[in-house]
Order: sequence, then C-alpha cells, then structure tokens
Amino acid sequence: MIEVLIFATLNGLVTGLLLFMLASGLTLIFSMMGVLNFAHASFYMLGAYFAYSISLYLGFWGGLLFAPLIVGVLGALIERYGLRKVHDSGHVAELVFTFGLAFLIEEAVQFFWGPDTKNYQTPDLLDFPLFTLFGQEFSAYRGFMITISVGIFVALYYVLTRSRIGIIIQAAITHPNTVANLGHNVPLIFMLVFGVGTALAGVAGVIAGPVLTTFPGMALVLGSIVFVIVVIGGLGSLAGAFIASLLIGLLQSYAIASDVGMADLLNLLGLEFARDHPLDDLWTLTLPQIAPLLPYLLLVLVLIFRPSGLMGKREQ
Amino acid sequence: MKMPLGKLPESLRYILAALALLMAGQSQAQEPIRIAFIDPLSGTFASVGTSGLTQLQFAADYLYNDKGGILGGRMIEIVPFDNKQSPTETQIQFRRAISEDIRIVFQGNSSAVANTLHDAVTRHNRRNPGQEILQINYSAVDPILTNEECSFWHFRFDSHAIMKLEVLTDFIAANEEIKSLYVIGQDYSFGHVVSETTEQMMAQKRPDLEIVGNEFHPIGQVKDFTPYVTKIVSSGADAVLTGNFGADMVSLARSIIDSGLEIPIYTFYAAYDGITATLGEDGKDQIHLVHNETANPIPTEERRAFNLAFKAEHPDRDVTQPRIVNALSMLVKAMEESQSTEPAAIASALEDMRFTTLTGDQAWMRADDHQLFQSLHISVHTDEGIEFDADNSGFGLRTIHTVAPEDNLIETSCRMRRPR
Amino acid sequence: MKTLVKKISPWIGYLLLLLLLPQFFDSVLAVSIFNQMAIAIVFALSYNMLLGQGGMLSFGHAVYFGLGGFLAVHALILIEFETLTFSIIYIPLVGGLFGLLAALFIGSFSTRKAGTVFAMISLGVGELIAASSLIFVSFFGGEAGVSGDRTYGPPFFGVEFFQNIEIYYLAAAWVFIATLFMYLFTQTPAGRMANAVRDNPERAEFIGYSARWVRFISFAAAGFFAGVAGGLFALNYEFITEENLNAVTSGRVLLMAYIGGLGYFIGPIIGAVVLTLMNSLLSNYTELWMLYLGILFVLTVMFLPRGFAGFIMMHQLAWTRGKLKSLALPYVKTGVPATVFLAICVALIELSHVEGEALHYLGLELSQDSGLTWALLLIAATAAFIATRKTLPQLRNAWIEANHMEDSSGEADP
Repeated sequence: MIEVLIFATLNGLVTGLLLFMLASGLTLIFSMMGVLNFAHASFYMLGAYFAYSISLYLGFWGGLLFAPLIVGVLGALIERYGLRKVHDSGHVAELVFTFGLAFLIEEAVQFFWGPDTKNYQTPDLLDFPLFTLFGQEFSAYRGFMITISVGIFVALYYVLTRSRIGIIIQAAITHPNTVANLGHNVPLIFMLVFGVGTALAGVAGVIAGPVLTTFPGMALVLGSIVFVIVVIGGLGSLAGAFIASLLIGLLQSYAIASDVGMADLLNLLGLEFARDHPLDDLWTLTLPQIAPLLPYLLLVLVLIFRPSGLMGKREQ
Repeated sequence: MKMPLGKLPESLRYILAALALLMAGQSQAQEPIRIAFIDPLSGTFASVGTSGLTQLQFAADYLYNDKGGILGGRMIEIVPFDNKQSPTETQIQFRRAISEDIRIVFQGNSSAVANTLHDAVTRHNRRNPGQEILQINYSAVDPILTNEECSFWHFRFDSHAIMKLEVLTDFIAANEEIKSLYVIGQDYSFGHVVSETTEQMMAQKRPDLEIVGNEFHPIGQVKDFTPYVTKIVSSGADAVLTGNFGADMVSLARSIIDSGLEIPIYTFYAAYDGITATLGEDGKDQIHLVHNETANPIPTEERRAFNLAFKAEHPDRDVTQPRIVNALSMLVKAMEESQSTEPAAIASALEDMRFTTLTGDQAWMRADDHQLFQSLHISVHTDEGIEFDADNSGFGLRTIHTVAPEDNLIETSCRMRRPR
Repeated sequence: MKTLVKKISPWIGYLLLLLLLPQFFDSVLAVSIFNQMAIAIVFALSYNMLLGQGGMLSFGHAVYFGLGGFLAVHALILIEFETLTFSIIYIPLVGGLFGLLAALFIGSFSTRKAGTVFAMISLGVGELIAASSLIFVSFFGGEAGVSGDRTYGPPFFGVEFFQNIEIYYLAAAWVFIATLFMYLFTQTPAGRMANAVRDNPERAEFIGYSARWVRFISFAAAGFFAGVAGGLFALNYEFITEENLNAVTSGRVLLMAYIGGLGYFIGPIIGAVVLTLMNSLLSNYTELWMLYLGILFVLTVMFLPRGFAGFIMMHQLAWTRGKLKSLALPYVKTGVPATVFLAICVALIELSHVEGEALHYLGLELSQDSGLTWALLLIAATAAFIATRKTLPQLRNAWIEANHMEDSSGEADP
C-alpha cells in the first residue's frame, strides 16, 4: 500500500506541476487583460508539435529550445493582430475569439501534421530509471519534468516580484493608465506577457508531448482543466494557481490509486442494495471511475461557495 | 387551337417518362454500382476512416474495375460520406446516401455509430418497403448486432468482441507462466463487455488465474496513465488485457513501457495509423493483438501481390483492414450469384456463403445471425520476420497463434426475421 | 392599423417561408437539411436569450437541449410500450418542460453572478453532466444513447409520421410558435429588464429589480426553449446520445449565435441557417471544412463583431436614406478581387492537402507537382490581394458618404 501512496504522490506532483506551467501563463494573461484565453491549451499542443518536428532534425534539446520560442512569437503575433483588434468589442468578444482560435488551431494542426499520433520520443539521455522503488521505476524524464516546472515557477516568481520589468508588469495590471503616463508602452507589455504566457504553455507541450502522447486531441484533454485550475485558484493569482494545480494533480492521482466505491460506502452504512435497481449505476460507481470529474465538481462547489476562488482578491 | 391547360403537362410527362425509360435501358450496362462509405473522414478519428476508405477504393479498382467491372461491365463506385464519428452526423449522411439512391452502406468505426446506423436502417426499411438499404458492417464489434438486435439487412465481416475474447483468453489460459491478469478499459459498452467477459471466461478456463485488477477509466479524458500503471505494478500482475483504442491505447502502452514493466499486453487495436510507429522499439514482443487475416508472414501470393500493389499506389499507408476487402469481395460474389444489385437479393445470396479470402482463409457467413466466421490470429508487435511493416516503421505484426473458424463458433441469440 | 400590419407582415412571411420551402426543394436531402435548420434555429434563439439579451455567456447550454431530448426519447419509448398515450406532436413540449426543470435547478445557483463566474459554472456543470451521462447508463444509454420510434403514437389527423417531410411540417409549426414566443418574451417587462441587467446590473437593482431574479427568469426561459429544440431533435432523429449535451454541441450553438449576430433577434436564425448549410453541404466537397469553419469564425469575430445580422443592419441607415445604390459599385469593385483572393487561398490550401492526385477545382484541374501551378496561383493571389487593398479606401469613402452627410438625425455608424 505504501508504494502506491508514494507513487501516487509523485504522479500527482508531475501532473500538478505540468498543469501549473499552463495555468501560470493563463493566469498572467488574465491578470493583464482580464480575458480568459480559451486557446491556451492549444499553444501547449503547438509546443508539442513544433518540438516534434524540430526534434526530427535537431533532436529533443533543439525542440526544447526553439519550439517555445516559436510558440511565444506566434502568441505575441496573435495578440497584436487578432486579440487587440477584438478588444474594443468587449470581454465576451475576446473570450469568443480565443474560443474560435482554439478550434482553428486544432484544425490547423490536423492540416499540417495530419490526424495520426506522432512518434515523439523522450531523449536517450534521460532514458533511464532515476530510481526503483518496490519494483517500480521512476523514469529520469519525469524527474526532469519536475525540475523544469519548479525551475519555471521559481524564475517566474523572482522576475515578477524582484525585477524591474516584473514591477512594471504588476503596475500595468492594476494601473495601466498611470504606467502609460510614466512613459511605458503598455500595449507592448501586454504583447510580451501574452507571448511569454503562450511560450510557457509551449514549454509544457514540449516536455509533456513524449509522455502524454502527441495527437490532435491533446489540447482538448487539458483545455478545460487548466481553466478550472485558474478559477479555483482565484483569477489572477499566481500562488493560487500553484496551489490549485498541485491540489488537482494530487486529487486525481489519489482518486485513481484508491479502490473505494459507493458500494464500500453503503456497506459502511450497513446498507444492502439489489443489483438490478434503477440506480445500480450510481451504487456501483468507484472513485477511480469518476477521478477526472472531480476537478469540475470542485469548480462548481468553489464557485458556489467562494466565487473569488481560493486565493482570489477581486470580485468579478 | 385552344388546348386544355391541364393536359399539356400530363402529356409532356408521359413523353418525358418514356424518354427516361429509354435512356435508362440504354445506360443500364454502363451505370456504376454505387456504394456508400460512411465513416469519419475529418476530425480526430479521421485517420482510421480515411485509411479504410483508401483500402476500399483500392480494392474496388484493383479487384474489379481494372478488370472490366462486374455484372457485365458495370463499375463499382465508392461514394464517401463523412460522419465525423458522430451518431447524429451518421443519420444525416445516411439520409444523404438515400437521397442519392444508394442502396448499400459500408460502415465500421465505433459501435455506437454502428448501432444508431443499424436502428436507422431498420426503421427506413420497415417504413419504405421496396427501397431497402443493406448495411455492411466491416468493423464494429458490439456482439448485440448479431445477437438480440440482429437484422436481415445487416452483415458483419469482423469477428465480434466475444469471439475475439474467446481466442485471447484461451491463449492467455494456455500460458502457465501467467498467474494473474489485470484488465483495464475505457468506461463504455465495449470496455464493459471486455471486462465482464474476460472475468467469466477466465473463471472457467483457469480458475487458478487471478484477476488482480478490473479497472475502468473515462474514455478520452485521461491525461496521464501513470497512476493506473502504478496500480498495475503494485498488483503484481503477470499480464494486462485492454480493449482501448486510439490515443488511450497509445498512452496506456507507453506508460506501461516507461515504468519498466515487462509483462505482455493483450489488445484489440494496438497497431497501425501511427500507433505502431509510436510504440516502436519499446513495445517489441510485449504488445499482442487479436485480429483476423494474417499480417506476417504472408501466406499466399495473391495477398502479397495485393499488398505490393497497394503500397505502390499509397506508399504512406498500409493494408490495415483486410476484412474490408473480404466484405467487398463477398458482396460482389453475392451480386454475381444473384445477378442483381437489389439489397434483398444480395442479402439472400450472402446468407450461408462460403468464401476463400486472398489469404487463403475459409470464411463463412452464418445465415442465422449474419456473422462472418473465419480464422482468428494473435500477433505480436516486432521487427523480426516482418515483410509488410506498419507506418513504414520497420515494425509490424507477426502472427504467432491461429484459431480455425470451426473452433470459434459461438452460439447466437438472434431470431432472424426475414422478409417474405 | 398600419403599424399592426407592419408588425405582423414579417411573421406571415416567416410562416409562409417555413411552409413553402419543401415545395421548392423536396429531395430527401433537402428535407433532412430543413429539419436540422429547424432544430438549430430554436436552439440558437434560446441561446441568444442568455447571451444576446441577458449577457450571460454560457459554455454549457447543450445540457438543457440534451436533457430535453433524452426525456423526449424516453417519452417516445413510453408511447411505444403504451405506458403513455398521447400524440407525438406534443413531444417538444415534454422536452421543453424537462429543459425548464433542469434550468430551474441549475439556474438557482448559477445565475447568482453574471460574467466569468456564470461562464465558469456553466462550463463545470456542462462537463459534469456530459461525463455523468456516460456513467448513468440506464437513463442516458451510454455512448450509444437511447433510441425510440416516433410512429407508435396515435395518428394526428391520419398522419403517422413515417416520413421526414411530415416531421418537417410539425417542426416548422413548432419553430414558428417558439420563435413567436421568444420574440414576445423580449417585449415583456422580464425581457426588457434582461437587457437592462445585461447593460448595467447596478442601475437595474437601483430601480427596484433584483438582477439575479431577472437573470434567473431569462435562464429558465432559455432552458425551456433549448429543451423544445431537444424534443424536435428527438422527433427528427429518433435517438439521442451523449454528444448532444456535451461541450461540442454547446460550442456549436455559441458559434451559431455569434456568427449570426448576438444583438439582433434575427441573428441566431441567420447563424443557424448558415452553419447548418456549411455543415451539410461544405463537408461533402472538402475534408477541410472544419478548418474553413474555424477561419470563418475567427474572421467574423475580428471583422464583424456584430455578426452577419449586424452587417446587414449596418446598411439600414443607407437604406432609409436611399443611398444603398451608391454603395453597390464600390462593393462590387472590392468584392470581386476579394472573392478571387479567397478562392485562390482555398485552392492553395486544398492543393497542399490532396494526396498525389490532381485537384478538381472550379472546373480547373490543378496538379500538386507542377511548380508552375503553384507560382501562378501565388501570383494571382498577390494580385487579387493588392487589388482588394487598393479599392478598399474607395469603399470606405462611399460608406462614409452614404452614412454621414448633411443629415443630422441619423446616428453615426459605430
């Protein structure tokens, strides 16, 4: 049992940190522009696909270096020539724009790379077990994923709170007009933040592609989950996003690892149930079965009881 | 010169009708036989659908059209309809096919789609006697279609899930080294059939073999399979059996391999369309697949010639579903035997038909339930002894075990209602 | 009297159009498309009650459509097994009532806030219900869904609904009634207040209306009409599956309403018609139709923020001032090269997608391997693009000319 617990924790950490890489960019963009970027997970997918194509020529490390750059530049261009144009029509229009963008990117990926699963592999350098515990290997690549994610969190935190550009960004979030009056180019800052945010999603795609499979549906699988995290954590709060990412990663991992179901609960209460009862589906439900639903359940509950999220400051 | 107004259109109509009849009589010999192919050609599932369409079109051209057609010179025309793997779209495309006067429909991907198409065909045939549609199911394996829900207008050319599981569980049971088995599958009807049937069959065939896990996960929603693999490892299973397909199959297999677990994985759909290439070296000798029609070694020259010709025309594709070719060939044979393209005549001719496939397999279409019986094989994912690889990866399927059709006869609960 | 005629005449025209359509196009395919349109129109209009009129962006509107549809199919099954006996013409009402019930329940907590919170709750609830529909097999039938048969009810004046054309007339009647009631809703105080709450909830509260209550009423009404659409779906297809209440369907209705034009009552109808046509016709010509749909959607959001209806309505001022004619020539001048440019872009996309074979496009046969073809297409595209850019200022001037002039009563175009 103990080994299941340890590995469930490790797996939860890997997933949680990966989700954080997406959520951090999303929440940055939200704090800046007040718009939830529906297409964020699509940039994650683009990261994986670009890295796959680059890795065919320059290997995995080339992909890790260049793919996020390409994704970031693409994101910045989309902000400059797309989102900014829509900005005047209001937040709903912006949200709908990113929604359409997500749709378009998925189709474009299928157009350029085809609908097949891509053979995007982990680098040989990291193709060894980091450690073996109770007969189960923990691959070095997963350790590498954790390192990169934590590194990004630390760097991001440092830049935002300690550096000059970080202070300007934070000021631009709350007082865009004042910052503009001080002579800073606020639209440029917006564009940069959007670029960096999408590039972060790109990094997540590059490192997740080989283990989570690179296929055209990969954005869809992750898309709404990242949303959920940002909302649960509190819109615009980086720390909240971090906590919510880990929470959801661990929650799902533990739920899968568990073996309890409704039947156990009923037994505990001393209840019996007939197999052919109309509610049979409900009573035979197990926790692993509904694990991927838990984030949405959490989302609805959080929104009902604490609409500003765990660490959210401002009321919408 | 006054003409009654109402008469003109009527007399015109007679002339037109007569003309049409004349023209129809003349062009009858040349008019192609049109067959609808309703499967996903766009969207996430497009790769399997387009690959099936390519094979069907190639088979029609290579086997018949290039040799002067069938029924005295008529060509076969495959008309593609994109259903995006959605039941609703399938209905819409089915109506399109009807409005184009097509009477034969090929469909294979997803049992959910096959079931709704089957319902639509049954209803249409009941409400429009004389304009029946024939459903050729080349791949959907839900047992219900040739059992409780069987119909005279539906023929299945793939072995259904329980037939395949019978072979797979026999194979596992025969392996004394396997003492425990882990079953994992997608949380939907096919996954449930696999799970329940495996438990039943294993209890009979190897009471000592323990099912150490029986897990469902939501279909297409799992990001990372590692937590599931952790459970598999800690259960100490000697083998894994799964009915997963598509991305869920790849991710599961990759997670198992990545965790360093070197136990055999028994599957239904772990090959082709990018999957073989993605599994590559890592999955060698570990991934097993149950299917019909041998992949490697190729048993007959006819099959080899067919595959080579296909590869020459479509270098990036593989002959992934030889059963499509069988379905078409048997359909054509039924047309030739009945000298008709009417669904009712074709269906009667198909019943109880015996047929030798390109691979030299003896196939039999049982009249009781319209289920095809032919030999089933278990193959392994490897790069040794592979003549025709998959995804141009060097890896492919090599058959290691074969079950003859007479050893795979399964009873049916079908009570076929035939039109008089 | 005159105003009454003016008010009623569009409705009579609408009714006539609905009834006469199958007279002009009567193939199986056409009727099938009309039925899809009928369902889409009711569904998109109900969505507009939320977003267009109430300012509530929902990512889970398909839930009410789907739940209504599921109950409608179950009602069909009950009729088939003679547990219930009533004519199937009331099935959409059954769907509507269940949609209403679901909306009353979910709306009771989700309409507390508007904006992002509402949008996120709708997303969460949508995902939850879509996922549970795969788990609770006895009601939802798993991924294969549930299916019924519409022909077992008592005949309605001898009609047994064997053919889709009979369903079309039934659907047309329902579409007309639903459209009329949804329009009337916008004229009620509740409908008017929905607009007020959308634009400024504080002020609405200030004059004594509970913003939450107003949103709740709109939400419930939208749920009812979505359920009616679901009932129509059940009648037309005689089955319903999980995909009809999941995020894809929710996304599609958002697309319809937005492309059509949110601010106008007629907008979603246009959107529903255009998207249904694209879905059923375009997909037969190209595998890439989803790509084009995505491009169309993004371009619409960028350049026509008020949708197709908004684009048409932009000409209202020029029309009332009789200046529409002066716009015709500039439109043609810009429109022709722009169309040519788009056509060539499509040719380029298609050409890069075909596998080996030649591409048959607009009567031309293009070869992928010929460098000359590519070069010619690229040159033509550039030329058309430049021509479009060159003529654009003329169009802009003509536009300003037609809308802004000595006239002071006409409002300036936004």
